[in-house]
Amino acid sequence: MQLPIPPILRPFADSVRDLLPIILVIGFFQLVVLQQPIPNMGKLLYGTVMVVLGLTLFVRGLEMGLFPIGESMAFDFARKGSVFWVLTFAFALGFGTTVAEPALIAVAAEAGKVAASGNMIENSEVARDSYATGLRYTVALSVGFAIVLGVLRILKGWPIQYFIIGGYIGVVGMTAIAPEEIIGIAYDSGGVTTSTITVPLVTALGVGLASSIKGRNPMIDGFGLIAFASLTPMIFVMGYGMVI
Amino acid sequence: MLDALQTILDTTITTIRDVLPIAAIIFGFQLFVIRRPIPHLKRVLAGFAYVLIGLSLFLIGLEEALFPLGKLMAEQLTDPAFILGDGVSRVLQWSDYWWVYLFAFAIGFSTTVAEPSLIAVAIKAQEVSGGAISVLGLRSAVAIGVAIGIALGTFRIVTGTPLHYYIIAGYIVVIIQTIYAPKMIIALAYDSGGVTTSTVTVPLVTALGLGLASTVPGRSPMLDGFGLIAFASLFPIMSVMGYAQLSQWMARRAMRRENPGE
Repeated sequence: MQLPIPPILRPFADSVRDLLPIILVIGFFQLVVLQQPIPNMGKLLYGTVMVVLGLTLFVRGLEMGLFPIGESMAFDFARKGSVFWVLTFAFALGFGTTVAEPALIAVAAEAGKVAASGNMIENSEVARDSYATGLRYTVALSVGFAIVLGVLRILKGWPIQYFIIGGYIGVVGMTAIAPEEIIGIAYDSGGVTTSTITVPLVTALGVGLASSIKGRNPMIDGFGLIAFASLTPMIFVMGYGMVI
Repeated sequence: MLDALQTILDTTITTIRDVLPIAAIIFGFQLFVIRRPIPHLKRVLAGFAYVLIGLSLFLIGLEEALFPLGKLMAEQLTDPAFILGDGVSRVLQWSDYWWVYLFAFAIGFSTTVAEPSLIAVAIKAQEVSGGAISVLGLRSAVAIGVAIGIALGTFRIVTGTPLHYYIIAGYIVVIIQTIYAPKMIIALAYDSGGVTTSTVTVPLVTALGLGLASTVPGRSPMLDGFGLIAFASLFPIMSVMGYAQLSQWMARRAMRRENPGE
């Protein structure tokens, strides 16, 4: 379905289309199910305009900045041929982008409270904070490790499913022995590590590497870095819960 | 007005702080290891600025408009007074919560469609696959997976069954699907598990999980409130592989109809 929209407005129309489902869902539940008026209509409208504007700019920025830089770096690394440097870069990218991730900081603080209420650590602010900080570095380390392993896989052309299945076995095995309080947090930590800026960069890096190395297929080998980055934190966090 | 300016300023500073380490790593390696000028440097920098401003505006808009309302709704829908409806107090059954499941499904689907990192991966996938995977097709497949995942996740919180049973069962399904799915979709399907849960989905879904766990009798928000994100990262893997399997099957059937001799 293509509406006759002038080309300059097309990106905005796309963003509106992307947001329409949320607006419909919230409208339906508010008006029909809960049968309440929409509070603060003006604020809602202002927020929606901001979201549309923001999403449009973000997608434009992706195509101009994040994708090209990820690809050109992948290409340069492949040409340079230094496995050491590309792996160092992979680790720095994984660790550096995760350690300051706001979603992770929030989850780690939550985990500190859970651990204290479960008597795993002393219930004091110092103990909770140090638990949360330790957890944050554990997750960041695991993401760095994941990107290194993922890049190595692309370089070598190893099939991804063995790693994922191995990872699943790791998760299930750890679940059996890890303290019960940590399991929910560990499972959720896999989802929070990959931020909106990291994902496009890491994807462009993987696809770029797979396209510039002979014998690799960008579709089969290029993707998968995000998957690694969401799987390893689960194992590492359960491990952290057992050690502390 | 002043308040609005203050939020814009605060959010932009937070976003800059998120981007700073990434920019430092990229430009550091470019300068000291690759030692080559960045091609189209001006354009790339402009792109970074767009991403920064875009993400800030996006977050402000969500924070101002959609999150407060969405969170309020999650609380109202999980409130026992609403669920009972007729005002007669009785012991709640899992089947009393069907508006919650429907809300979970709808909010899972709609927030995933608007998730910026999924848009990024879908754009790349369309480019790399030469159009065989469409941006909208992939995003719809992922969104359906998240919707089913969150709906099932709320059902789990209501019934109180252990999280890891579902996750382990899900893993087994994923492994079986991996054997039969077209090879080119596998890595992308695994990736779509990780990208679904960021800016838009996490805050709303977390509010739903915590709201539910604190109102359902016998659940503790600490132990049962978590886990929705895990569901939202697992089910898209299945739905994306399922989508690929379905389109492969339909293509084969169409081919067979065209060449009945084979």
